Amino acid sequence: MLSIHDLHVRVAEAEIIKGLTLDLPAGEVHAIMGPNGAGKSTLAYALAGRPGYEVTSGSATYDGEDLLAMTPDQRSAKGVFLSFQYPLELPGVPGLTFLRTALNAQRKARGEDEIAAPAFLKLAREKAAALKIEFDMLRRPLNVGFSGGEKKRMEIFQMSLFSPRLLILDETDSGLDIDALRVVADGVNAARAPDRAMLVITHYQRLLDYIRPDRVHVLAAGRIAASGGPDLAHELEREGYDKYSKVPA
Amino acid sequence: MAAVKQTVDQVEALEAYKHGFVTTLDQEFAPKGLNADTVRFISAKKDEPDWMLQWRLEAFERWLALEEPHWAKIHHAPIDYQDSYYYAAPKTKAGPMSLDDVDPEVLATYAKLGIPLREQEVLAGVQGAPKYAVDAVFDSVSVVTTFKAELAKVGVIFCSMSEAIREHGDLVRQYLGSVVPVSDNYFACLNSAVFSDGSFVYVPPGVRCPMELSTYFRINAAESGQFERTLIIADKGAYVSYLEGCTAPMRDENQLHAAVVELIALDDAEIKYSTVQNWYPGDAQGKGGIYNFVTKRGDCRGDRSKVSWTQVETGSAITWKYPSCILRGDGSSGEFYSIAVTNNRQQADTGTKMIHLGRDTRSRIISKGISAGGSSNTYRGLVSAHPKAANARNFTQCDSLLIGKSCAAHTVPYIEARNATARLEHEATTTRLSEEQLFYVMQRGLSQEDAVALLVNGFVREVLQELPMEFAVEAQKLVAISLEGSVG
Ligand SMILES: Nc1ncnc2c1ncn2[C@@H]1O[C@H](COP(=O)(O)OP(=O)(O)OP(=O)(O)O)[C@@H](O)[C@H]1O
Ligand SMILES: [Mg+2]
Repeated sequence: MLSIHDLHVRVAEAEIIKGLTLDLPAGEVHAIMGPNGAGKSTLAYALAGRPGYEVTSGSATYDGEDLLAMTPDQRSAKGVFLSFQYPLELPGVPGLTFLRTALNAQRKARGEDEIAAPAFLKLAREKAAALKIEFDMLRRPLNVGFSGGEKKRMEIFQMSLFSPRLLILDETDSGLDIDALRVVADGVNAARAPDRAMLVITHYQRLLDYIRPDRVHVLAAGRIAASGGPDLAHELEREGYDKYSKVPA
Repeated sequence: MAAVKQTVDQVEALEAYKHGFVTTLDQEFAPKGLNADTVRFISAKKDEPDWMLQWRLEAFERWLALEEPHWAKIHHAPIDYQDSYYYAAPKTKAGPMSLDDVDPEVLATYAKLGIPLREQEVLAGVQGAPKYAVDAVFDSVSVVTTFKAELAKVGVIFCSMSEAIREHGDLVRQYLGSVVPVSDNYFACLNSAVFSDGSFVYVPPGVRCPMELSTYFRINAAESGQFERTLIIADKGAYVSYLEGCTAPMRDENQLHAAVVELIALDDAEIKYSTVQNWYPGDAQGKGGIYNFVTKRGDCRGDRSKVSWTQVETGSAITWKYPSCILRGDGSSGEFYSIAVTNNRQQADTGTKMIHLGRDTRSRIISKGISAGGSSNTYRGLVSAHPKAANARNFTQCDSLLIGKSCAAHTVPYIEARNATARLEHEATTTRLSEEQLFYVMQRGLSQEDAVALLVNGFVREVLQELPMEFAVEAQKLVAISLEGSVG
């Protein structure tokens, strides 16, 4: 579903991703772990098309198409969803207004009909209830004054509303209490499907206990330094990243 | 941040001004230039009584002695007041007209602007939709006022200024110039001498005006200025909501618009005045566009009276305007809600004055300035509490949003508290539209243009909510259009 080959990404004149290759087949969940500053968020941003994250060489193919040639909104319409490590606040933009505008923009780009307000509200209510989100929270400007955990929960809520096909979760588990972690993990597990793939960036084994990843990759110094099964995560938890940090420049 | 530079620094030509067409028709002009005879010509054209002519001539004398002000943060080449027409009107018979007498080209113009002038059409519109009475001013004359008969049934007078001077001379004489004195300032004084048309509203005691009143100003003629004059009186306990809209063709020359609006609210009366100003702003290089030098003032003359200004300023090459409230009556209140958008080479110096004279007076100022391109946007405001204004309260919030790197925003608040019990609060913020926010919104599926519009609408939401529903939707679109091409 997603195939990244020898990707190089430059941010503000510095090369951060230095030849990264990764294959993510449909139906699978892959975890990405790695030390702070390794380039995990940079990879996520590059895949979502953030301006300023310049791909200098390499490729990323999504469903047979050149992902890197698309604008961020085109990627979104094609089902790419990024749950941000630090979700943004949108002053004056009520959550529901934002989500409906976004959903309809995606649908329009796919040539689908717009969803009418009543149908949208029904959908939003269902999804909010499933994630134990107070509906009134959705009437407030998106993320403004929300706690760190609430913002993360909103990201998962958006994800479940849009039903994307390529899900990139950037440390969605950081800052969550145990209950919220469960809710998020349940959300992710419920989203598992044969035609969906997920890239889960995390620092903690805890999340991976709930979401059994098909594969675990270590991202260090801008490259995949090691890959393995779920056991690799346990090993990292015990031994840390020391042996991966001496990657030649 | 190469991409930031790339996206933000390019400001494309503003192609979005969709009201820029010219209507071709037979027009009548005053001789070019300005002297006492021009003033006499205008007065005669309007069949005015002698007191009105004398009032104008006196204003003209005073204007000659005044100098153009230069304290605002705006720059323009000197204006040649002799190189302009002070009166332009479609050639038709004088006096109030029925729609059948109006030049079809003029009617077509309003149709093109989406303003219904036939009452049947308004009535035939969506059921349950609010009804609006319209006064249509084309260059120097009012061409038609709708729903006059229906309004007259409850005693509301809504007509053109010219008609009011002829038909309701006593009211006009009593109130004209009582809020904005003839020699208040250079442009108001000029207006007093040569004002052409505008709207007149009188709402009798205890009457709640049964519909929204609105005036649409259209400048059509080349090399002409527009000097309209509006006077609104809400008698004791009356209420009226009034909206003003304006557009002009795209022309390479700068055209002067110097209006005066006076509002008078007596005891317990309330006037809500909204403006959606969309004069032609000039092109991306700053060629052409309207100079909008306007004096608007509301007098809360009665106790517990209220005047509320809401403005959405997107057009004009230069905007110089400070809708103000004189809080004379005890317990009176004034509000000012403003959205000012500047793009390309536009300059705006706008704000308000809240003059607290009476006891327990309150005022509230919410100003949202958005600057993009190479434009300059200044909020200038005065809040003053006089010695007798015990317990005066003011709250001011001024927010500026910058889009791109070559625009500028300034906030110039003046505060004078001459009463120890007055409490005047001022808050101000300046933010730049962040690329990270834009990316977040685009990641959720919105195009860059829609993302900008969404974030900007969030920024101005508090003010949009003050506009009548239908105009809020219109204004929201207008703000988005004005900023088209400001990013990317
Ligand atoms: N705009 C920028 N300007 C300069 N350096 C940047 C910029 N953005 C990212 N970097 C650098 O790129 C490197 C990778 O950052 P990235 O955010 O991808 O790390 P990460 O693996 O997600 O780390 P964490 O686990 O802390 O979230 C860091 O050294 C960071 O300082
Ligand atoms: Mg990160």
